[in-house]
Amino acid sequence: MNEQLLGLVTGCLFGFLLQKGGVLRFERQVGALLFKDMTIIKFMFSAIMVGSVGLQLLAEAGAIAMSHKAMNAGAVVVGGLLFGMGWAVSGFCPGTAVGALGEGRWHALFVIAGMLVGAALYAEAYPALKVSVLAWKDFGQLALPQTLGVSPWLCIAVLWGAAIVSFVWCEFKRV
Amino acid sequence: MFGNKRDRGWSPYLAGALAGLLAIGSAYATTKVLGKTAFLGSSTTFVRASAMVERKILPGRVEKNEYFKKEKVKVDWQFMLVCGIFLGALAAAATGRAFEWEGVPSLWQKRFGSSVAKRAFGGFLGGVVAMFGARLADGCPSGHGLSGVMQLSVSGLVAVACFFAGGMLAAKCLNMKGNPYE
Repeated sequence: MNEQLLGLVTGCLFGFLLQKGGVLRFERQVGALLFKDMTIIKFMFSAIMVGSVGLQLLAEAGAIAMSHKAMNAGAVVVGGLLFGMGWAVSGFCPGTAVGALGEGRWHALFVIAGMLVGAALYAEAYPALKVSVLAWKDFGQLALPQTLGVSPWLCIAVLWGAAIVSFVWCEFKRV
Repeated sequence: MFGNKRDRGWSPYLAGALAGLLAIGSAYATTKVLGKTAFLGSSTTFVRASAMVERKILPGRVEKNEYFKKEKVKVDWQFMLVCGIFLGALAAAATGRAFEWEGVPSLWQKRFGSSVAKRAFGGFLGGVVAMFGARLADGCPSGHGLSGVMQLSVSGLVAVACFFAGGMLAAKCLNMKGNPYE
């Protein structure tokens, strides 16, 4: 199987699950930010619980290599906050905007158009950002277990604990 | 309680857990096929798609741009993954009788009215800001939120906290209240 075909098949499965999980709706995305509908939290935490165990086992077996994105403090914090604000207004993240379009929510087209313009603007701003926000403090590729000096399995256990607590809270509050 | 009847879908716990399995299988398959582990993500594809559009509108500009050079404009594994998300969602919606033409979401309508132009403006502006932020942070809820956190990356955990902090603040400021299903 070639690279492009593998991507397409993986994407189809991912899109199928995003739709079945019910996360491709404006109400679900913004609902989580308002603590009114935690569907996306349930979906994300469930995926993370399963994925974290499998990826760790595969990495320990040497079957895959983890790839940590750089912990560039200014970029991740400023970029993350900006993303969040845009997300609340647009109601979609990049992956769910494309999926929502597949579900018939055609206003996602405006969001996708905005995202393409946002990417072009970022490309234009990149030289200036490189010597400012991106240059503030880069901690490099950090994995939490190594940073804290603990076993990855302890981190995964804590993650599972946090997920379960949030699930209980969601079901108790019926959100 | 665990159902998702309103969308005729599955429980988000089940769909999420299966997405977790997909992330594991995908990491293994990309290592075999690409010779390098690739993780689920979407926002880099928007950079490449944006460059492809810009080439048509402003010829020559993309080739001179440092960021486009860095991200390499090509139709790669992730590009096809994003195309697949559209097809997969379409197939799931069609077979699950959940396909629905929607120009203005109900929660938006309650706050800003039924004007498509207003929704178009808000969606577009939100999209611009979200993607600028995602590129600065080097990831979106797929790359940082799912793939990063699954790998226990410090950047993934910090990014998700910031996504939600920024999002909750903006959602509160927009004053979008009420149960969207009422």
